[in-house]
Amino acid sequence: MSLTRNPVAAMSRATAYATVAIGALLMLAPFYFMFVFATHSRSDIFSLPPPLWFGDALATNLRLLQDVVPLFWRNFGTSVYVALVATALSLFFCSLAGFAFAMYEFRFKRAAFAMVMATLLLPPFLGMIPTFMIMDAFGWLDRPIALYLPGAAGAFGIYLMRQYIASAIPRELVEAARMDGCGEFRIYWNIVLPLTTPALGTLGLISFIASWNSFLGPLVVMRSMEAYTLPLALRSMQSPVNTEWGAVMAGSALAVLPLLLLFMLSSRRLIAGLTAGAVKS
Amino acid sequence: MTSLPHSHAAGALRLPTTQRRWGRPWQTWQAWKWAPYVFISPFFILFLVFGLFPLLFSMWLSFQSGSISAGLASLEFVGWENYAFALGDEWLWKSLYNTLWLGLVSGAPQHLVAIPLAAFIHTGFTRWRNLVLGAYFLPYITSTVAIALIFTTLLSTDFGVINQGLQQLARIPVLGAWLPQEPLNWMGRAETIKPAVAMVVFWRYVGFNTVLYLAAMQTIPKDLYEAATMDGATPLQQFRHITLPLLRPMMVMGVTLSVIGGLQLFEEPFILTGGRGGTNQSAMTTAMYMFRTAFEFNEWGTASAISWLLFLCIALLTWLTGRAFARGGMES
Repeated sequence: MSLTRNPVAAMSRATAYATVAIGALLMLAPFYFMFVFATHSRSDIFSLPPPLWFGDALATNLRLLQDVVPLFWRNFGTSVYVALVATALSLFFCSLAGFAFAMYEFRFKRAAFAMVMATLLLPPFLGMIPTFMIMDAFGWLDRPIALYLPGAAGAFGIYLMRQYIASAIPRELVEAARMDGCGEFRIYWNIVLPLTTPALGTLGLISFIASWNSFLGPLVVMRSMEAYTLPLALRSMQSPVNTEWGAVMAGSALAVLPLLLLFMLSSRRLIAGLTAGAVKS
Repeated sequence: MTSLPHSHAAGALRLPTTQRRWGRPWQTWQAWKWAPYVFISPFFILFLVFGLFPLLFSMWLSFQSGSISAGLASLEFVGWENYAFALGDEWLWKSLYNTLWLGLVSGAPQHLVAIPLAAFIHTGFTRWRNLVLGAYFLPYITSTVAIALIFTTLLSTDFGVINQGLQQLARIPVLGAWLPQEPLNWMGRAETIKPAVAMVVFWRYVGFNTVLYLAAMQTIPKDLYEAATMDGATPLQQFRHITLPLLRPMMVMGVTLSVIGGLQLFEEPFILTGGRGGTNQSAMTTAMYMFRTAFEFNEWGTASAISWLLFLCIALLTWLTGRAFARGGMES
C-alpha cells in the first residue's frame, strides 16, 4: 500500500483498477442490453449497429408478449404465488427445525443433523423421474403445491437458522420462559422467532429467489401452458423461426426486475447469507 | 453451546414443581423432551416422501424396462441391461465428454479469475467494495432462463452485440490479430457452441466464487500482512506466501462446488440450444441427455440408469478433487 511512490507500481495499480472496472461493466452489460432491447422492435434489435440506448417500443413489446404467450400474466402470477408460499413455508419449517437443533438436547440429535446436512450432497436430478411419478400419483401435476412443498424444509435453511439461533439467542431465555410455564411452541413463536428476524430476512430472500428462478423442477411437473411459471413461459417463446425478440426481452426484463430490486435493497445480506454455509464449515 | 447439559438438567428438575402445570397434563409429560422431534419432523417427512423414496425408486427403476405410461405393472426386471445399454450408447459418451469439457473450460477460469479478483477487492476497495462485488455477483442470482435468452440475442451471428464488439476490437492492431476477423456463427457451428456456453457459465458463476474467496480472505488475520510488510515482503509475495496457502480450504470447497455443479450442468445449454443440444449435439450435457431420454424418448429405466452413472461420475470426480488437493498439500 505504501508502494504508490513507485511509478511502475502506480501504473500497474491503475491497470488493475481499470481491469476490475471493465470486468464489472461486462458483468452488467447483458442486463443493460436486455432492458434496452425490451424497448426496441425485433428489426431494431437486429440492425447495424445494434441499439445502445432505450427506444420507444416497450408498450408494443408488452402487447406482443401477450399475443405470443396469452397466459403470460397468469404465469407471472403463478410464479409470485409459488415463490411467496415456498418462502413462507421454508421460513416456518426451517426456523422451527433450526430452533430444535440449536436449543434442545435430544437423542439422535447428532445423527439427525448429520442426515439433514447429507441431503445437501444429493444431486437433485437423481430423483427427477420418481418425483414426476409421485406428483402424478398424488394428482399434483400442474399444481403449485408440486413446486413449493418438496423443498419446504430445506437443509440449507435449517443450517442457516440453527447457526443464527445458536449464536444470537441465549439458552437462559428459553429456560426462563419454560420455567414461567410457557409451552414449547409458544417459546418458539413468541420468544425465539421475533429475535430471529435478521436470519429470517436472509433465508426469505434466498428462498424467494430460488423459487422465482427455478426451471428444472417446474419443467418436469408443470406440463400445461396454464400451469407454467414465468421461466417456463419465457422459454416457450423461443422458437426456431420468427422469435419476437423484443417481446422476449421485455418478458425477461419482467422476470429479472423483481430480483434486481431485491438485490439493490439487500445485496450485502444476501451475499453473506448465500456464502454462510461455505464460510462457516 | 458449552453450558447445555447443566442448564437442561436444571430445567428438568424444576419442571414438576411448577404449580401451573397441573392444569395441563400434556405439559407435565415433559414437553421439552418430545418437542424437538415434532419440530424437526417436517424435514424428515418431506425428505422421506420427496427425497429418499424417489432415490430408492430411481435405483429400482434403473433395473426395469417397459413404458411407464402403460403403468407400473407393465415393467419387467431386466437386470443390468439398462446400464449395459447406456454404457454402449455413443451419445452418452459424447454427452459426458461435453459435460467434462464445459465443466473444465467454464470452471477453471472461474477460480483463476476469482482468486486474484477477490484479493484485489479485499485490499484495493473500501467505499466501492459492495458496488463492485454486487456487479460481479448479480448474474448468479438471476434467472438462468432470462440469462440464456439474453445471450441468445447477444450471440446472434450477423447482428449480435458480441460479434459486433469483437469486430470493433479486431480493428485494433496487435490485439486484433488474435481475434476472429469474421462474425462467428456461435450457436450454429459445432466448434463454437461449447465455448459460447462455457462463457455464459463462467459469466454466471465467477462472482459467486469471488464472494467465497473474499469471505475466506476476510478471516485471515491482518497482523500476518503487517508483519510481512515489516519484513519487506511485496504485496505479490504476501499474496503468494500468506493469502494463497490460507485460502486452501476455501479452494477445496470452491473447486468441489464447481465440480459438482459443473457435472450437473443443464439449464444454460438447455435454453441456449433450444433443448436440442445444438449442432451435432455439441452442447448436450449428460443431465440434458438424461432429461431427453426420460421425457422425450420415454425410456425411464435407461434414464434412471444414466442418472446413477452420472452420480457415480460426480462422486468419483469429487473424490479425485479432494485427493488432488491433499497430495498438493503434502508436496508444498
